Amino acid sequence: MQKQLAKMKQSLFDQGYLDEQFIQLEDLQDDANPNFVEEVVTLYYRDSVRLVQNIEQALEKNPLDFSKLEGYMHQFKGSSSSFGAKKVKTECTQFREYCRAGNAEGCKRTFQELKKEYATLKKKLEVYFQLARQAGPVEKACRPK
Amino acid sequence: MNLGMNFTSSSSSWKSNDKASDQFPAGLRVLVVDDDPTCLRILEKMLRNCLYEVTKCNRAETALDLLRDNKNGYDVVLSDVHMPDMDGFKLLELVGLEMDLPVLMMSADDSMDVVLKGVTHGACDYLIKPVRMEALKNIWQHVVRKKKHEWKEKDFEQSGSFEEGEKCQKPLEDVDYSSSANEGNWRGSKKRKDEEDESEDRDDTSQLKKPRVVWSVELHQQFVNAVNQLGIDKAVPKKILELMNVPGLTRENVASHLQKFRLYLRRLSSASPHQNSLNNSFMGPSDPTFLNGLDFQALAASGQIPSQSLATLQATTLGRSTTKSTIPVALVNQRNIFSFENPQQRNNTGKQLNLLHGIPTNMDSKQLANLQQSAYMSQSNFVPSHTVQPQPRTQLLNDIAGTRVSRNGIDFSRSNSEMRVSKNVVPNYDVYNEINQNRNQDWTLQNVGSTYGSSLHGGPDVLRPVLVESGFSSKGQSSIPVKSLGIDQQFNSSLVDNSLRVKAEMGFENGLYSGHFGQDDLMSAILKQQEGMGPVGNEFGFDGYHLDNLPV
Repeated sequence: MQKQLAKMKQSLFDQGYLDEQFIQLEDLQDDANPNFVEEVVTLYYRDSVRLVQNIEQALEKNPLDFSKLEGYMHQFKGSSSSFGAKKVKTECTQFREYCRAGNAEGCKRTFQELKKEYATLKKKLEVYFQLARQAGPVEKACRPK
Repeated sequence: MNLGMNFTSSSSSWKSNDKASDQFPAGLRVLVVDDDPTCLRILEKMLRNCLYEVTKCNRAETALDLLRDNKNGYDVVLSDVHMPDMDGFKLLELVGLEMDLPVLMMSADDSMDVVLKGVTHGACDYLIKPVRMEALKNIWQHVVRKKKHEWKEKDFEQSGSFEEGEKCQKPLEDVDYSSSANEGNWRGSKKRKDEEDESEDRDDTSQLKKPRVVWSVELHQQFVNAVNQLGIDKAVPKKILELMNVPGLTRENVASHLQKFRLYLRRLSSASPHQNSLNNSFMGPSDPTFLNGLDFQALAASGQIPSQSLATLQATTLGRSTTKSTIPVALVNQRNIFSFENPQQRNNTGKQLNLLHGIPTNMDSKQLANLQQSAYMSQSNFVPSHTVQPQPRTQLLNDIAGTRVSRNGIDFSRSNSEMRVSKNVVPNYDVYNEINQNRNQDWTLQNVGSTYGSSLHGGPDVLRPVLVESGFSSKGQSSIPVKSLGIDQQFNSSLVDNSLRVKAEMGFENGLYSGHFGQDDLMSAILKQQEGMGPVGNEFGFDGYHLDNLPV
């Protein structure tokens, strides 16, 4: 089971879903907080729902308020990068680029991508965490370096 | 010598910190502010893993409240740049001003202009999100660095003397005011700051703040006696130290004290000393929040200060407007005294206020502390609080000014010779009472001169000398009942700001100052004067006085 977990993790990394920050968080886990990362990710998904909604609403306005959007995206990026959501973070950066360029289409398009990545990651992590719980805390020992 | 003042008990955290301080940086008290809950949670966990004591909040306002309520409660603040209720930079400024804590900014934004903004606003560091453990592990450096820096500044001004108020509440400091530690530290800071100091500091991490010598009334008296004995020209620190024979006092302590004393004397003799300089020179480490730090409650509790005055004091020091600026009155006195010499000197109105806040000068604070101790004989736990930053001071000043600024040190200007403070100062309590009542000053500083030199009259006298110290620097006029004022002064000065301190210091031997503090509110007078003065120089502010200001 450990191996399975390790493998899954490795694949998440290889596919670029997660980055180093995720490891940082896992390193924080200890006996007192064995599921810290899961806790954080759960918190993230819960909190970012509101943000996603705000962005969607803002994207429906005409004309777009780019600076506001950029602000939202900055937040989103900060949040996502805090636990290593690599792909999501990339989309955020892209989105901000479009904002700066005043490219409404680009923004909207990117946002769709972002939402996709966001949802995909969520699912994958759900599986991962479930596995992690089953595998137990030992998992830490074989995390990919 | 009040080396053992209970500065420690400013807050329980202080005590608990003592333990932690032994394993510094473990136990570093961090306040982390971030509106993003995910980031906040992560930071909290990371900081906990660094063995820091973490308090998190998601709003800047909350953070400010926490900081204000627990002046000594935190060592370092970590704040996000983009927050909905307040700009992170604004928080940075406020914290820097009010609490003088090291603040680190964080943001996912790594664009140079934002980082630059952080730096220019005074951030100790700027962390790019996502923040890594390594970055957090090192934040203690900023605490040390800042403390050291402040310490050094103080050192510069008062080489080796005790630094009382925690400039920045770095609880890491042990409350062990042994002057040897002080000395060591002083030496360390005197040496080139960087590595050497750091390593020295590291050794001493539990005592990041070197204990400061508190020049209590008695101590100062001993000092003065020694100097007199030797003759002012021949009074060298070494000999003074020997004559004084005070255990734990170092030559450096004496040297710096002597320096101040000399300045004071010089001022007395020179026709128009700059107030500024006076102020400046004696602005020891400013502890604007000294008063705050003072355990008012304790004082009140000990029955020493009528609780109202206490409240007032507290209020004033805290910069809230108080109707009666009791202290200010005293301040005014002080100011007036000095001002007559140089009415425009008061430039630091704002700073003056500082005095109110805390006893900025080391001397003052020390003395005050002393006073407190001696007067109240008790528990004064007053903890030299961290310096109140100018902001509050200014507020305070404004407050006071608002209430009374009518009078200025006018009297001073006119009566160079006569500032008679008719009121005889009474021992502290009275003083405070007086202050409370806003008496008019007729402060006859009668006992002044002698006070200092001799034992003060009577019990409370002990406080008096302080007054003298606080510096009525009259030009050798006779009986400046500084004593009486002294207490106020001390108190005031402590409250007020460095300038007062300076004065206090000046008021050494002959604090004979007979000035006529006619106005009802010396404080207001002072204030007024101060107002007249330009913006309070920072010099007075927080850190001890800057020698540059001395018009030497």
